[in-house]
Amino acid sequence: MKAPLAILPASAALLLAAVTFAAMPPAVAADTPDPVADAKAFRDYFVKKFPNVQLDDFANGPYSMNEDMRRQWEEKEQFPPYEFSLEMGKEMFARPFGNGKSYADCFPNQGIGIRQNYPYFDPKEGRVITLELALNQCREANGEPPLSYVGDEMAALTAYMAFTSRGKPFDIKIPDDPRALEAYQSGKRYFYTRRGQLNFSCATCHVQNPGERMRAEILAPALGILNAMPIYRSEWGGMGTTSRRLTTCNSQIRGVPLEPQADEYRDLEYYLSYVSNGLPISGPGARP
Amino acid sequence: MSIIRRTTPRMAVLSLVFVLAIAGARSAQAAGSETDFGTAYAAAEAANKEAGRLRNQWTVTAEALAAAKNAADKGDFDHAIAAAKEAEALAKASIFQATSEKEAWKNLEIH
Repeated sequence: MKAPLAILPASAALLLAAVTFAAMPPAVAADTPDPVADAKAFRDYFVKKFPNVQLDDFANGPYSMNEDMRRQWEEKEQFPPYEFSLEMGKEMFARPFGNGKSYADCFPNQGIGIRQNYPYFDPKEGRVITLELALNQCREANGEPPLSYVGDEMAALTAYMAFTSRGKPFDIKIPDDPRALEAYQSGKRYFYTRRGQLNFSCATCHVQNPGERMRAEILAPALGILNAMPIYRSEWGGMGTTSRRLTTCNSQIRGVPLEPQADEYRDLEYYLSYVSNGLPISGPGARP
Repeated sequence: MSIIRRTTPRMAVLSLVFVLAIAGARSAQAAGSETDFGTAYAAAEAANKEAGRLRNQWTVTAEALAAAKNAADKGDFDHAIAAAKEAEALAKASIFQATSEKEAWKNLEIH
């Protein structure tokens, strides 16, 4: 008679534990990426932090955060410093390869007005394809040597393609493919991971401190940061690709850059572009 | 004069012995330092290689390794060893960073 009485509290405890655990979301769910929720939280963070900045204006980087810089930039845009590169890119884009084909043959809509769809996840290759990578794939498929990912020619080509897409909102898709979701998550992880001797992550500058000065620079917000790529930088005295920008960021925090177009960089571009969906392409851009 | 005549050769011999002893000691020390440098440099390189496997090398580690090699090439093993040890410490810090960031990055995420 005593035994059932002793079992009762134990049973109750077990039942309580079962109910408690059933009510808790599974541990896996907490780590499962939710890109839609991420993008909303990302956008809300910047909108709340900068209530006076129009959403689309985040694509103009530091100029959306500082009135003096903005006026100087608007003056410069009368004769933009990227104009020569843009002309070069247009000419390169139209020039046929040795086999008679051209870049236009490799891209949807002949390569015009498509920047907003890059990068994308290619299920056949099982990886993220950036515009820079797609351009070199096009060259190699047509018997041409690949261009440097950090050189002027790649910057010129991407500048022209961005220019034909100006104003079109980023429209990055994450297909129903676990590998695409993993690439997105890998990009997010890279974005928030501290590295280099300075122990900075991308987010240290572009989430925690946009609008603040770092030496003479005003840090750009992460929201819309790739919309302006490629950029002419006065500091560089020329145009720079997204690859150049990412590798330089790593060097500046005293980290050894990865090879341009490494998986991590392409995934990072995928993540950052996705969370900026809806913001207009503003490239090629010009920065101090 | 006679005292000088008697002591000078003896002092000369003693001085020569002293100089040779110092030279021998320095030579022995230098040889030891080169070995120590090799050990310190190999340890630093191994740590930096591990940081590379984790995709998280630091530019300052490469600079310290280059400084160590440069000093060793000039025979300055004291500086070479110091630079190699600095490189190893930097490489180990980058490994620690990469390891701890495997989870710590989530703390920075916007929710």
